[in-house]
Amino acid sequence: MIAVVRTTSSKVASFIRGEDFWRGVVSIAVFLAFWEVGSRSQAWFGFAFPWVSQVPAPTAVLREMGRLVQEWSFWNSAFLSSLRVFEGFFAAMVIGIPLGLAMAVSRTFYGITFPVFEVLRPIPPLAWVPASIIFWPTQELSIAFVTFLGAFFTIVINVIGGAQAIDVRYFQAARSMGSSTWDIFRRIILPGTLPSIVVGATVGVGITWAVVVAAEMISGGGSAGSVGGAAGGGLGFFIWNSYVGGSYTQIVAGMISIGIAGYISSAVLRKIGQWMTPWLSES
Amino acid sequence: MSARPTATQRSSPDTGSVHKGAVSINDVVKIYGADDTGILAVDRCTFEVPPGEITVVVGPSGCGKTTLLNAIAGFHSISYGSIYLDDQMLCGPGKLKAPPGPDRIVVFQNGALFPWKTNIENVTFGPIMQGAMSRGEAYDKARDMMADAGLHDVGHNYPGEISSGVRRRVEIVRALMNNPRILLLDEPYRALDSLTKSVMHEALLEIFYKNRVTIFFITHDLEEAIFLGHRVVIMTTRPCRPKKIIDIDIPHPRDYSVLTAKRFREFMDETAAAVHEEAIKAFAAGEKER
Repeated sequence: MIAVVRTTSSKVASFIRGEDFWRGVVSIAVFLAFWEVGSRSQAWFGFAFPWVSQVPAPTAVLREMGRLVQEWSFWNSAFLSSLRVFEGFFAAMVIGIPLGLAMAVSRTFYGITFPVFEVLRPIPPLAWVPASIIFWPTQELSIAFVTFLGAFFTIVINVIGGAQAIDVRYFQAARSMGSSTWDIFRRIILPGTLPSIVVGATVGVGITWAVVVAAEMISGGGSAGSVGGAAGGGLGFFIWNSYVGGSYTQIVAGMISIGIAGYISSAVLRKIGQWMTPWLSES
Repeated sequence: MSARPTATQRSSPDTGSVHKGAVSINDVVKIYGADDTGILAVDRCTFEVPPGEITVVVGPSGCGKTTLLNAIAGFHSISYGSIYLDDQMLCGPGKLKAPPGPDRIVVFQNGALFPWKTNIENVTFGPIMQGAMSRGEAYDKARDMMADAGLHDVGHNYPGEISSGVRRRVEIVRALMNNPRILLLDEPYRALDSLTKSVMHEALLEIFYKNRVTIFFITHDLEEAIFLGHRVVIMTTRPCRPKKIIDIDIPHPRDYSVLTAKRFREFMDETAAAVHEEAIKAFAAGEKER
């Protein structure tokens, strides 16, 4: 345990000393400085820079975020969006992985399902919003369904591709060594597809965040508009509400929150992915 | 050199003799596609793979050597003819594709260790799958065999973490763990540099002297063929058929000093012309196809 901690901390230490780290720091600092100067250009230089001057300054956004993190309703919004992302993503994994595997393994099943799948796949998840509001009894379910669609197709496509790309020699070797069909599924197809599942999940969760926010804006903001209502809340609704209320700092603060949430989701999935596919990490 | 058992001796009942794993290939034809319009890959191919010896098949790339290997392994069917392993018909009339089995294990051209399993998990895969050993027994035997092959410290590494030469050795140990009657090696050292190759050759011979398992070795490297083989079968270019079968009477055990021996050079001379002739034909045929 101590050894683990030590290697982790030494890894962090060497990362901070590394060139890449400082390049990143400089890049972000320059970006923030440009933004700050740009948005205060009217006050400081007497003329407004195009575009950036419309955006609230990073210091103002930071102050706003400092205020927001103390507010229960902000955390409630973040929680609601995270919950929807999790629900949709989880459902997409639970349904998408077996479906993708079945499509990869069975020619017949593939032949029957793939055409339908390919027709539905190019439809943007957001185009489903009106239909899903009609389909599902509650707004909550409609949003979760649209979120689900965002991750679902990516995951299925990755699973099919991953399973089909498994080298035929692995199957031949396993057969020669006496594996049954079930053994081949469990010991060759499943682990062989795992790296693609991880990729699909990491990409999928990003799409999920994009979709959930838009779905909240459309459905949550459009209907009752009640913040405390079942379908109200969520970061998308939060941003929409800020827009309606004219609070530009709050809009940007909401956007950054989504960025951070998306980053954390992907990072967590990448970590889980690395842990599940230890053979891919360099020693 | 000890007298080589003839092909007829293979039918002796299993008396615990180490010389098992004779393969006889009789009039095998393989056509890809329809009989009249398809591509004839193997044409009335007949030869014997004596038990307990190394038979090396040499021929130009794409000549159909691998087709034969796949037929023996049970990965692909043949069109006509028959193949026997000892007394048992693997494939023949009425049963054109043999079932794959642990008595015939292939070591593949670019290796087929499962990348998601550690080396020792790879090595124990066969016996555990077949239920031939308990997990504990399999791991004990695997450790012994890996140590024997000079693979002490790589058991818990993944194949991706070791060099390709070591990987190939692990794969041969994985094959041997199944107690195969015949090892089918499909240009296993093709991707290796020539220095690593020379190390691998001696290592393979060492393993062979210990186990005396029949080896069917495909290559297009003549030097490799003569160095390893008891007999070298030179194939014609597509369609594939034996052009020349040469018994290499350089005594075993062999080591690398053999390479400079006069007898070795004579064999090189004897075979090089035949191989070169086929290579030219293959090249010309390739030009025409494109």
